[in-house]
Amino acid sequence: MTDTAFDTTPAIDPAALKVSDEVAIEISNMNKWYGSFHVLRDIDLTVHRGERIVIAGPSGSGKSTMIRCINRLEEHQSGKIIVDGTELTSDLKNIDKIRSEVGMCFQHFNLFPHLTILENCTLAPIWVRKTPKKEAVETAMHFLEKVKIPDQANKYPGQLSGGQQQRVAIARSLCMKPRIMLFDEPTSALDPEMIKEVLDTMIELAQEGMTMICVTHEMGFARQVANRVIFMDQGQIVEQNEPEEFFNNPRSERTKLFLSQILGH
Amino acid sequence: MADTHAETVLFVRDTMLPQQEPPLSTVGPVGWARTNLFSGWLNTIITIVALLFVINLIAHLLPWFISGTWNATSLNDCREMMAAVGNEQGGACWGVIRERWPQLMFGFYPAELYWRPVLVLVLLFVALAPILFADRTPTRMLGFTAVFPFLGAWLLWGGTIWNPITALLGFVVGYVVFSLVSKVVNAGVSLFVAVVASVIWWTTLAGYVVLGLSAIAPLAIASVQSREFGGFLLSITIGVTAIMFSLPIGILLALGRRSHLPLVKALCVGFIEFIRGVPLITLLFVASTLLNIFLPPGTNFDIILRVMIMTTLFASAYMAEVVRGGLAALGKGQYEGADSLGLDYWQAQRLIIMPQALKISIPGIVSTFIGVFKDTTLVSIISMFDPLGLANAIRADASWNGIYWELFIFIGAIFFIFCFSMSRYSMYLERKLQTGHR
Ligand SMILES: Nc1ncnc2c1ncn2[C@@H]1O[C@H](COP(=O)(O)OP(=O)(O)OP(=O)(O)O)[C@@H](O)[C@H]1O
Ligand SMILES: [Mg+2]
Repeated sequence: MTDTAFDTTPAIDPAALKVSDEVAIEISNMNKWYGSFHVLRDIDLTVHRGERIVIAGPSGSGKSTMIRCINRLEEHQSGKIIVDGTELTSDLKNIDKIRSEVGMCFQHFNLFPHLTILENCTLAPIWVRKTPKKEAVETAMHFLEKVKIPDQANKYPGQLSGGQQQRVAIARSLCMKPRIMLFDEPTSALDPEMIKEVLDTMIELAQEGMTMICVTHEMGFARQVANRVIFMDQGQIVEQNEPEEFFNNPRSERTKLFLSQILGH
Repeated sequence: MADTHAETVLFVRDTMLPQQEPPLSTVGPVGWARTNLFSGWLNTIITIVALLFVINLIAHLLPWFISGTWNATSLNDCREMMAAVGNEQGGACWGVIRERWPQLMFGFYPAELYWRPVLVLVLLFVALAPILFADRTPTRMLGFTAVFPFLGAWLLWGGTIWNPITALLGFVVGYVVFSLVSKVVNAGVSLFVAVVASVIWWTTLAGYVVLGLSAIAPLAIASVQSREFGGFLLSITIGVTAIMFSLPIGILLALGRRSHLPLVKALCVGFIEFIRGVPLITLLFVASTLLNIFLPPGTNFDIILRVMIMTTLFASAYMAEVVRGGLAALGKGQYEGADSLGLDYWQAQRLIIMPQALKISIPGIVSTFIGVFKDTTLVSIISMFDPLGLANAIRADASWNGIYWELFIFIGAIFFIFCFSMSRYSMYLERKLQTGHR
């Protein structure tokens, strides 16, 4: 909810982040119900390769549900979701294929506590991608270095701090070489100084051109990294715009109210 | 700081205290006794009373236990020996254990073949090693573990070697069918087809194959009838089988009970609730008498096999609920973590969910194991000679008529050793699998 974590990070050059014309995710006319409760209503969203999208909105507005539909942790009831050219249906083969192409980081990390950090990172490449073990370990060490915790490789998740655990979770997703990364409030369970280390990792990812969809309340991150901010309320997309416009010149009343609350002015 | 707040500071420490040894009376054996036994007058009184009680108990029991009558061959013999040394208040007649030792161990198993059960017991430990101490034994030994049930059964019952081999082939048949069928339909259906194929193999084809192969190469060892089994040989055979098979079956039942497929779920719930709702004795009676009525006449369905199946099913139902408890304790996050990486259902279960759920359930699993092992004594009710059944038979014998405590203390002690080892092992395992807080 603060901008403070950003005061020290260097601004990134938006020109370096190019968005291609290729469509990575296409959601059209998507609806979802929990029982009789209509959580997502007529969602239309097209994400191009290389986009960094931040989703904001009040609690219970359906942000998590929407990004969880993208890798089918939640099932949608009508409309279409096409990820990397594959439509999400109940076909299990397609679902597993899409899941291995789309990385996801959760609010509570969801690391596997019975495996070491290294095993957490090599598990999916070995079993899903059938990568030879040696190669999987090399890749894992590469990404652990990238998130700056190679020296923790043989510890268990329970022995790491929250920020370190979240960075491991990011590394674990990256080991699958995903083309799209989803983040569901990756920093909201962390202390301020840990927030910064996780956000730095995410900024680095963005600079490398990863397609990212990120649910977060870190408005500083949104300003700095996102090329589009989406505001959701009551299961609908209420407004989307470039970050500068979104923050300085919100169009809808709902957005204005939300921004005034979250920025605390 | 010092000069700006000088007037508001009431106290400033200028020398830091060094660390000191704790007072002697709080550490070491004296400290321990002080805090645990003699803290306050009430505790002191309780300690002294308890101590007197224990000393009194030992003083009374010890002479009975160590009366040296190991050589007596009958109860009268034993009494005479005690009278001869002037032992007035009586003592234990351990002679019965020495004299009936082979029987208590092996039942009526032919004496010249005792080496076979002994060898099986040794091999059992070899087979268990890679499971119990996975990190200290080579993985290759698991191959032996897989073959052991067939090898062990063959050594115990004897007969032609083609029996265990064709039984093993049943699994090969199942595997081949599975890999062929799973190319066409999904895993669940192919598993079902594979199981059906294996069952057909075991119940019909295998018999002819054994006959054919025995005619060509009659490789056989002396066969032993099931009614000759007894004593701890019988308890351990039934107990180990039930323990070995109840865990995997229980895991499958627990997964089935949480399945989203209504038919699978209904079947598992029905099975678990039915078995748990019926006393084991009833199941054993069904195994010993009723089953014969339903089976086609002339079927030779071994009584021990029937009892083993019933005990295994009984234990599996309990195991399923224990494992389900472990599964329920795992958060949704673990499933989502596994799903989001693209692991399929069975991979997620095997690599992520089960290792954690089973670890949580270790105390419950071991309790069930211990319960099953002790429940094997119930077979004495359907006139099989487990140690308790034998104890009754021995007491009916003229020379030992009237002996009571010695036999049951001995049998109890052996059961205790087994159950206590299982309990200690489970504690060791829990400690080993501890990987810090979540
Ligand atoms: N499994 C479920 N069953 C029924 N209702 C649910 C379920 N999960 C979420 N909901 C409801 O759906 C709505 C959207 O939930 P969602 O988790 O997507 O919100 P969110 O925008 O992520 O909120 P937050 O910022 O608090 O994480 C909420 O009203 C919630 O109560
Ligand atoms: Mg949420």
